[in-house]
Amino acid sequence: MFGQLVINGMAVGSLYALVALAMVIIYKASEVPNFAQGEMAMVSTYFAYMLLISDRVPWQLALLGTLVFAFVLGMVLEFLFVRRAKEPTVLDLIIVTLGMQLVLHGLAGWKWGPDQKDFPLPISDTEVVQVGGVVISYLNLTTMITALVLMGLLYAFFQYTKIGVAMKATQQNWMAARINGIRTNHILGITWGISSVIGALAGVLFAPTSTLDPHLMWDPLIKGFAAAVMGGMNSLVGAALGGYLLGFLENLFGLYISLEFKSIVAFLAIVLVLWFRPSGLFSKHYERRV
Amino acid sequence: MAALLKVDNLTKHFGGILALDHLSFEVQEGEIYSIIGPNGAGKTTLFNCISGLYRPDKGSILFSGQELIGLKPHKIAELGIARTFQNIELFSHMTTMDNLLLGRHIHLRSGVWHSLLLPWRKSLTAREEVAHRARIEQIIDFLELQSARDQFVKSLPYGRQKLVELGRALALEPKLLLLDEPSAGMNTEERQDLFFWLQDIKEDLGITIVMIEHNMQMVMDVSDRILAIDFGKKLAEGLPEEVANHPDVIKAYLGEDEHESAAVARQ
Repeated sequence: MFGQLVINGMAVGSLYALVALAMVIIYKASEVPNFAQGEMAMVSTYFAYMLLISDRVPWQLALLGTLVFAFVLGMVLEFLFVRRAKEPTVLDLIIVTLGMQLVLHGLAGWKWGPDQKDFPLPISDTEVVQVGGVVISYLNLTTMITALVLMGLLYAFFQYTKIGVAMKATQQNWMAARINGIRTNHILGITWGISSVIGALAGVLFAPTSTLDPHLMWDPLIKGFAAAVMGGMNSLVGAALGGYLLGFLENLFGLYISLEFKSIVAFLAIVLVLWFRPSGLFSKHYERRV
Repeated sequence: MAALLKVDNLTKHFGGILALDHLSFEVQEGEIYSIIGPNGAGKTTLFNCISGLYRPDKGSILFSGQELIGLKPHKIAELGIARTFQNIELFSHMTTMDNLLLGRHIHLRSGVWHSLLLPWRKSLTAREEVAHRARIEQIIDFLELQSARDQFVKSLPYGRQKLVELGRALALEPKLLLLDEPSAGMNTEERQDLFFWLQDIKEDLGITIVMIEHNMQMVMDVSDRILAIDFGKKLAEGLPEEVANHPDVIKAYLGEDEHESAAVARQ
């Protein structure tokens, strides 16, 4: 029973971790919680939906196309809206992301309609594999593996590639990055692109368990944000751990206390963490950039 | 000798304040050129214009004959201009080594393709990386930063942080090095070392240095020529003794009041 709980927690936690990572990557670079993150993922998921139902491309290619679309979407949004803000305060940027959220939400409702669609991902949510006494659906298994692989890739990217290191440098000191020959504007664009790709992965993996409509990502976004806050908004490792922890806590709460009120765990977690350890559970204390 | 840097009629406003007022000067290749002046004279504004962080209102900045105004900071870095800042701008959550490696950013190839998508060419990247690290080790040895190599720079004392920043600027292999108050916050011994390093940078590495500095001892000892500015305007330019004894410079430093400065002079 407990093993099953851990696995279920990890599966849903993987989704939260993906959303949290997407948020934290942007937060570290642009210093803003990106409230459009969920709608960006939702729009990308609709893009995947269109490719999947068209029957013209194999589904693997459709997913690859979706990731490319998501990358471009992130870069375009950064270029069109975020970069336009001149010497913005944090509040200005929050308003910009809220604006983007409304625009994307409206566009999705207009283009695809408010009705709920089944998301035809050919990875089964109901067929299961059994390991020991624990069952896990193919979809959940895919989600967990995807999240782990992605974390590995992100680690390698930030550690070993020129752009990844430049991204880290830009996050730590924007001015020093510029005078050392780093094109910080490009770096910000790429940051948004990568974040958008991670969000799209979360959307595509989440949609089959839910139904596809413009509200698709509202719940995962709130959970992902909670996970990011728990982990400390400045830490990628913290965001991932926060995601898993939240998924686990939710399932624990659902099993032993109340299934209907499972959702309040996320909010409770945000409040408690901000109360007792505002810099996050897993982050070393990180002073604010001035 | 050709002028490496030619600043002509440079003007920059901030609202109603004239930070640079038709400033013109030339820096020759291979010299140490110091810029002095009271606080707020426009020295750092000048550096920010040269490195592309500010866009001047008027004038021109030629570097080896190429116009710098309008170029982005990263482009100017690629041309071979490195700088340090008055208030140390480091990547504080990285080690000394990583900070210096970032100084070599413009010399790195696009690592994404080489290390992720083309893993079979890893050997090539690895060889490149070894070469870059070897260059960094030279700089670390040169500035005697061995003990700080693997430490996070935020945990280093102020004077060492200044050296890391200098090291990062050298890692770029610049033709022109802009130093904004390199000796500020250093103790006498560190300042002594810095004096010799600046000489070595000029003579052994052949890098031209433009330096803003408040410590007059340092300025007089190390500079080939000095420019004194106040309110964004040129007060005097020339050999160290000429500038130090220039009446306008003395006035700018000791105040406008003739009696007062005369009194100071008598003491």
